[in-house]
Amino acid sequence: MTGINWKIGGPAGYGIMVTGKIFAKTCMRHGWPVFCYTEYPSVIRGGHNTYQVHAEAEAVSSQKSQIDVLVALDEVTILEHAGEVTAGGVIIYDPETTKVKDKRPQVQYMELPMRQLSKEICGSDFMKNTVALGAGLALYQADRQIVEAVIHESFDAKDAEVIQQNIKAAKRGYEFTENSKFNIQNSKLEKRFMGLNRILITGNEAVGCGALAAGCKFYAAYPMTPATSILHFMAKNERDYDLVVKQAEDEIAVINMAIGASFTGVRSMCATSGGGFALMNETLGFAAIAETPLVIVESQRTGPATGLPTWTGQAELLYAIHASHGEFLRVVIAPGDANEAYQSTIHAFNLADKYQIPVIILADKYLSESPRSVTEFSAKDAVIDRGAMITQAELDKIKDFKRYQFTPTGVSPRSIPGQRGGLYQANSDDHDEYGYTTEDADIRKKMMDKRAAKLSFLIKDLPEPKIYGDLRAQKTIICWGSTKMTAVEALKDLKNTRVVHLQYMFPFPTEFFNRHIKAKNSLIVEGNQTAQLRQLIRQQTGLNIEKTLLKYDGRPFYPEEIVKAVNNL
Amino acid sequence: MSENQLTIKDYETPVCPTWCPGCSNYSIWVAVRQALVKLGIQPHEVVFTFDIGCNSNGANFYQGYICHALHGRALPPAEAIRWANHKLKAVIAVGGDGGGFGIGVGHFIHACRRNVDLLYITHDNQIYGLTTGQTSPTSPKGFISKSTPFGNLEEPVNPSALALASRATWVARGFAGELNHLADLIIKGIKHPGFAHLNIFQPCVTFNKVNTFEWFRERVYKLEDTGYQPHDRQLAWEKSWEMNGQLPIGLLYEITAPTYREQLPQLATEALVEKKLGEIDLTRALAEFR
Repeated sequence: MTGINWKIGGPAGYGIMVTGKIFAKTCMRHGWPVFCYTEYPSVIRGGHNTYQVHAEAEAVSSQKSQIDVLVALDEVTILEHAGEVTAGGVIIYDPETTKVKDKRPQVQYMELPMRQLSKEICGSDFMKNTVALGAGLALYQADRQIVEAVIHESFDAKDAEVIQQNIKAAKRGYEFTENSKFNIQNSKLEKRFMGLNRILITGNEAVGCGALAAGCKFYAAYPMTPATSILHFMAKNERDYDLVVKQAEDEIAVINMAIGASFTGVRSMCATSGGGFALMNETLGFAAIAETPLVIVESQRTGPATGLPTWTGQAELLYAIHASHGEFLRVVIAPGDANEAYQSTIHAFNLADKYQIPVIILADKYLSESPRSVTEFSAKDAVIDRGAMITQAELDKIKDFKRYQFTPTGVSPRSIPGQRGGLYQANSDDHDEYGYTTEDADIRKKMMDKRAAKLSFLIKDLPEPKIYGDLRAQKTIICWGSTKMTAVEALKDLKNTRVVHLQYMFPFPTEFFNRHIKAKNSLIVEGNQTAQLRQLIRQQTGLNIEKTLLKYDGRPFYPEEIVKAVNNL
Repeated sequence: MSENQLTIKDYETPVCPTWCPGCSNYSIWVAVRQALVKLGIQPHEVVFTFDIGCNSNGANFYQGYICHALHGRALPPAEAIRWANHKLKAVIAVGGDGGGFGIGVGHFIHACRRNVDLLYITHDNQIYGLTTGQTSPTSPKGFISKSTPFGNLEEPVNPSALALASRATWVARGFAGELNHLADLIIKGIKHPGFAHLNIFQPCVTFNKVNTFEWFRERVYKLEDTGYQPHDRQLAWEKSWEMNGQLPIGLLYEITAPTYREQLPQLATEALVEKKLGEIDLTRALAEFR
């Protein structure tokens, strides 16, 4: 095994997340690409939390199923994760609080008096996680100055005492390891040249950055895991970036507010998970029939119903494509990593404006909440295309403005409230070119055809699926959304294999499939029970790909699972 | 078109209204337009949101920027429209007792407590008219309709009391049979800085044979004729529950409080829709991720 594979586990409320983040940032500051994976239950206190960090000297895109250091803040962590530790690896625990019954022969068990050391520093066991953090980083011979700098920045600057105590706690842990016999073979965290600035960011935060870069000025949401951190990100940036962020009474209000703001000319976005998206379905078609641009983020968790609220899944692909009554055009984008989440969010706003349609960004818990290192985003080259918005000067020249004018592209000029001569009705009833309700059969059909006409132009604006690995490889892994991260990681251990990743799911890239994909030697990997991508491919191309690797236990794929499945092709 | 030339015709579309002959929606349609004329608000300076119901077919008859949303959803778009452009002269949300106090009642409560600067007009005819006559959330107990042939078993929602309980800063009642009085309330409601709720007794001449024009005429009286002062929530609460043969109309309650928008520093001057897009510097937002 290469690189660094570290995991900390313990009860919720023990600072697992902050400790993990400090560990990950420390690796990143050494110039190492990092991927983090977190697990937590749907409770605030007492549930079992883990934070796993995988860092590699060259490139990394997912967690691994095995680790070389396990920090156990309780017995549950030993029971659940000791088996993941590789031969030669280390388990760090505190014998005062954690009993270990059956020790594995090839694993090193480091008895670290976390509680005692913490008490000596702050009078309570509050900093045992930081003691353990220091001990773990010492195993990888991390640069102590970098460790201290990251700790310094990770706590509230106003509380200098807490910062100093944490630095001290890490130091004590670090020294404990240095003075011990414990070590990890071949995993020194050497400083590497990083080049461009890197950031450690989750998919949700990347979506938030994309929205800011695109000039999103209104964001509405109702809290729902795993989409909630977009709300947190947007809310804290509300004043710096001059936008209005609204936590509304329910997701029905959320989507209606987003449409109201968009109707008024403001770029707007809302986000939720499957359950909230179900409430939004009522109104999704309103955005479509009124041709009001809208960006919706749907971060999937494990359904149906409440399901596994804090776990991942990819079971809403067909749902996102078909949600809401009636027939209308929409775009469904499933970014594969934080970078794509950032870029495609900007693109989503442009597509929504250009074609005056709803655009759905389909994420999942795995993408939304897994921090990874990426090159720092810059909004400097972000293109903003507001489409056919009409100016006052243009309106002044028009006697008879028709908001829903029949055009060859299906896209009509759009006015906004306050403009003279641009009056119209954004109507949930089907309507004529002015927006007035009509049930006339000819106009209804023409209006449906006008809205549908956008498809042939839209499809040219959608990037094709990307191929990773050897383009001419014999075997093909086909995946969509966040599974790309694991599939690309798996490529490291595969020969004669390529990954085809779909990000722009709908309208479907039929042309690409006809050109590049054969059923033979192809494997579809996706996080659901009914192979929804396989269904979609068959529906859209006629191609029947038989081999699938499916997972619907709430957990993401691990590269080892994909490697095994490909080798069995 | 200058202010002094405005007439109620300026707010009319070419679409011929489809309300039943004698429908009280016509009166409200006139009253709203009279109010806009008097306030000198031009059609492009006002946004109406409607939902679905007989009242909201008005979306086709009013000239202005119109957001004709789904049943019960007139309020959330109206709130966001106000945030997106607080310089618009008026935002008026229009709904009925079915959408407003049935499927959309949650939005109503939250809009009240948010004090968004808009006027919400509810056409309260105590019946579902567009679906040809079912019991509504404001139908009286015992009400016989197609959906309750043996009598309505539920107590009705009291819209004005609900608005008061939800901390609306301006609560009034009007009657479609009192046109000038109604237009005056609409003017006040538009001018009120904050959330104004105007519930209008609006007899349905086709399906509600109980709560008719005559029925209301026998019962309504004007609060201002009694020397009533609308500044005490407790008093307003008591008035809103007055029922034994007497139905007060007029302004029940009014208080000045900061609007939602006024509490947002980012909307102190520029409207959201006027904010410059592009050339965003992400440095600040990214600081925590370095």
